[in-house]
Amino acid sequence: MKIQLDESKCVAAGQCAQVASNVFSQDEDGLVVLLDDRSVDVETERESVKQAVRLCPTRAISLAE
Amino acid sequence: MGQLREMPKITMDRAPDHPFDPPPLLYQLRDAGPVVRVISNGGTPAWIVTRYEDQRTLLSDPRLSSNQNLPNFPVAVEGIKKSQAELSRTIITLDNPRHDVLRRMYGRDFTVKRITALRPAIQRHVDNLIDDMLSGPKPADFVASVALALPTLVISDFLGVPYEDHQMFQDITNKIVSPELPAQELAEAAGELVEYVGGLLDTKRDDPQDDMLSRLAAYWAAGEISRAEAIGAGMVLIPAGHETTANMITMSTIALLDHPDQLDQIRSGEDQGLIANAIEELLRYNHVTHYHRRRVALADIEIGGQLIPKGDGVILPGNLADRDPDAFPGDPDELDIHRQARHHLSFGYGIHQCLGQMLARVELQIVFSTLFRRIPTLNIAIPRDRIPFKSDLFVYGAHRLPVTW
Repeated sequence: MKIQLDESKCVAAGQCAQVASNVFSQDEDGLVVLLDDRSVDVETERESVKQAVRLCPTRAISLAE
Repeated sequence: MGQLREMPKITMDRAPDHPFDPPPLLYQLRDAGPVVRVISNGGTPAWIVTRYEDQRTLLSDPRLSSNQNLPNFPVAVEGIKKSQAELSRTIITLDNPRHDVLRRMYGRDFTVKRITALRPAIQRHVDNLIDDMLSGPKPADFVASVALALPTLVISDFLGVPYEDHQMFQDITNKIVSPELPAQELAEAAGELVEYVGGLLDTKRDDPQDDMLSRLAAYWAAGEISRAEAIGAGMVLIPAGHETTANMITMSTIALLDHPDQLDQIRSGEDQGLIANAIEELLRYNHVTHYHRRRVALADIEIGGQLIPKGDGVILPGNLADRDPDAFPGDPDELDIHRQARHHLSFGYGIHQCLGQMLARVELQIVFSTLFRRIPTLNIAIPRDRIPFKSDLFVYGAHRLPVTW
C-alpha cells in the first residue's frame, strides 16, 4: 500500500489527522503531512487510511496498492 | 418511481409528529427520482439532487459554483442576492482559485492540534454553565443556559469578540438566519455586523491579541486579504461559530432523552470512543444545517442519469443525503449511536466543507461527556409537541427548551 498526497488540493480540513492520526498529521498551516514513523505498521493502519481517503473532502489523498 | 405533476416549491416544513426527520416533501422528491426539477425557495427553477453519492460527487466538482451573484443561483429568499460586498467575498461564496487561498489562511487557526489545545478551557466553560443552571430556578431554559451559552463563549474567546457584546451579535444572527425577514431589514442587520466586525478589526490591527480576528487584521495589514474579506470572514465565523453548534447541542439533548437506552451507554462519559461515534451519528441524524447546499452549474453536468444544463441552479439537501439507506445501511431514520456515520454530510463535502468542524466536534464531545453525568435526572419540562422547533430558520433547532432535574 502506497499513500499518495496531492498537497495542492488540500484545504486543511484535518479529516485524515483525526481518523488516521498514526499516519497523517498537519503542518503549521494545517496542510496534510505524512508522518515518517517507521514504528507504524502501515498494514495495520489500512482501514483507517482507507477511511481518510474516503473522508478527505478534496480527494487530496489516494492509495496505490 | 412516482412522477410529480408540476414542479414543487421547496419547503422546510417538517411533519409535526416527526421533528427530527427532513420535510415530507423531500422524501417525496427522493421517491420521484435522483434528480428532480423544483422551484427554489427564492422562486427560481433548479435541480434538486436527492442521493448521497450524487451529492458528494457534485460537492467536489469544480464545475459547480457557489457564487450567489450568478443568475439562477437558487437563493433561499428572493431579494437576498444583492448582499453586501463583504458577504460576496467569503469562503462560503467564493470559487477557486481565491477560495483556497483564503481557506488555507483561515485554516491555520483550526488545525487538530490547535483545537485540541482548547479542550481544558471548553471543559471549564461547560462545568461553569452547568453549575450556574443547577443553582438557578427550575425549570431552566436549556438553550439559554447551556446550548447557546457554550458556543457563544467559545467563539468569543476564539475570535476575540468581547463576550459582553454577545446579546447584540446573537440578535443580529437571529435576523440573518430568518428566511422570512424582509430584504431591507436583512440588509440593515448585515450592515450592523459589517460595522461591528470592521470596528473590531481596526482596533486589533493596531493592538493585536492572541485571537483569530487579530490574525485576520494582520493578514489585511500585510495586504494578503482585503478589509472586505477580513470583515466577511468575521461575519461568517460569528454566526457559524455559535448558531449551528447551539442547535446541535439542543437537538442532540432531546434525541438522547428520547432514546434512554442509548443515553445510558454514554451517560458516564467514560467511553470516549463511543461518545465520539455517537456525536457523528447525532450530526448525521440531526443535520441542523437544513438550508441545503446551493450551487450553479458552470457547464453541462450529467448526474444520476440526468443532464443539468450549464447555468442552471442546483440544490443539494444534505439532510436527505444523510438519510440515504445506500450510504447508511439499516434504518437511516433511526438513531443508532453505534452506527458508522463519520461520512455524513452534516459539515458538507468538497472545498467548502465546514472550517470549524473540529471545534464543533470537540464542543459536542465535551458537552455529552459531562451533561448527563453531572445531571442524571435531566429531563424536558414540557410535552414534546410543545417544543418550539425552528423549522422556519436556516439552521434547525429549538428556540427554547425548558428543562428540569
